[in-house]
Amino acid sequence: MQKEQRPAVADWFTTEDGAIRLQGSRCNTCGTPYFPRNTLACRNPYCAAPKDGSELAEYLFSTRGRIWSYADARYKPPAPYISPDPFVPYVVAAVELEVEQMVILGQVVPGFTVDDLAVGMPVELALGTLYADEEAEHTVWMWRPVND
Amino acid sequence: MTDTNRDIAVLGAGMHQWGKWGRNFVEYGLVAARAALADAGVDHRDVGYIAGADTIRNGYPGFVAGATFAQALGWSGARISSSYAACASGAQAIANARAQILAGLCDVALVIGADAAPKGFFQPVGGERRDDPDWLRFHLLGATNPIYFALYARRRMAMHGATLDDFAAVKVKNAKHGLNNPYARYRKEVSAEEVAASAIVSDPLRLLDICATSDGGAALVLTSMEFARRHGVADPVRIRALSTVTPTFPKTVLDLPDFATDSAVAFAEPPRAFRSAIAHAAYEEAGLGPADLSFAEVYDLSTALELDWYEDIGLCETGGAEALLRSGATTLGGRVPVNPSGGLASFGEAIPAQAIAQICELTWQLRGQADGRQVEDARAGIAVNQGLFGHGSAIIATR
Ligand SMILES: [Zn+2]
Repeated sequence: MQKEQRPAVADWFTTEDGAIRLQGSRCNTCGTPYFPRNTLACRNPYCAAPKDGSELAEYLFSTRGRIWSYADARYKPPAPYISPDPFVPYVVAAVELEVEQMVILGQVVPGFTVDDLAVGMPVELALGTLYADEEAEHTVWMWRPVND
Repeated sequence: MTDTNRDIAVLGAGMHQWGKWGRNFVEYGLVAARAALADAGVDHRDVGYIAGADTIRNGYPGFVAGATFAQALGWSGARISSSYAACASGAQAIANARAQILAGLCDVALVIGADAAPKGFFQPVGGERRDDPDWLRFHLLGATNPIYFALYARRRMAMHGATLDDFAAVKVKNAKHGLNNPYARYRKEVSAEEVAASAIVSDPLRLLDICATSDGGAALVLTSMEFARRHGVADPVRIRALSTVTPTFPKTVLDLPDFATDSAVAFAEPPRAFRSAIAHAAYEEAGLGPADLSFAEVYDLSTALELDWYEDIGLCETGGAEALLRSGATTLGGRVPVNPSGGLASFGEAIPAQAIAQICELTWQLRGQADGRQVEDARAGIAVNQGLFGHGSAIIATR
């Protein structure tokens, strides 16, 4: 039986429309997007919004960007990372989104190593399994290399 | 050199040797404090202010380090403070002491930081804490500290042509510098081949590119310039500037433990990124520039990060760090030696002690007491670090 898929973190990403999107917030006044979601107050000190949170609205991020940098983990990290046994190395990429003009970290989908990647390489958002337990596959956003 | 009205004197410096000693951090702090007091020739009952740098891994006593060290020294009725700012904790403790002295609230302050670090990767505070970004970056990304260091290293390679050999050369240099430092944890030469043969922790960084975690302690006795002279020290080492500025919006370089940078959609990236802003504020305050430096102590959490710092503190233009390193300028005997103490490469991280230890090294260098690693005719030095996001420091000392 296929295990239920369940987000490893609530309300950071959505797959409601079939494809994964990162969920954050954006300031209605100055247009600054935030990930993860910011509900307190716009953090742009030059922004004229009331800064009481009323200026911040739900925002879905663009899904393509270019690799700013990348690295891998060759050793099992400490908890609260949940490693499969035996440990499987994984890759983390910092990706620059052109639309939002910001960098967002994510693991790279399994199967890619640092040898497959380069700074500037285009990637898109993908849904991946962070870990599985008896109950469910716990999912998270990941980056996947794509053709230009 | 004439005083500015912001100068304070470093009358005493002391350390406990870095290593894995397996003892309580209070012991390291006490040893360092007693050494600093002896160096200054000051009795601890004459200290008006005790500033402790906190450690979060040592429970309740670590959270209230000021009182913990004050109790260990013997309650003396001094005013105290405890500061936590990750790697900049020590600098904030120094800043507190400096403000007390400059405000005329005390003449003599004792600053102490010590840690007993766990083995291996630093990890977040325990428990399931889903509202803590530090917990979440481990849980959701597996983004350990070395991953962040490796991201910066790869970026340097892509943007500025840094090579693995350059990274190794930083380790070889700092290991050589640390050879004669009695307080360093590692005191042996390292070859480029040994770096290359060490295991990859987070590609492109290898085990010997990344600083270890350590136990250790450091302390300073800081006084007003007036007190120093009255005490018979006519020309003390002085702290000329101390910067702990935050980044300015938008911060476009990822820091530990960020998931994302600020967006530059609404407002353009500031002219100075965070690390260089920290140093710039210190230069402005000191009325000095990079060309005035005799040496620098920079926060080499990784070998690659040392190269970033060369540019951030203005030793060269952006993209010039590899050429500067290869020229030998940053090696002892060169134009501006970097990490003559041996740096974190030789010490490892004892977080709340580290910024204080940097000032111990500045002091010994400026006094001409850095046996075996002395920078010739050292007149001015800078010490910089960066802790968790938004925390970092730059301190300039002169003789
Ligand atoms: Zn705004």
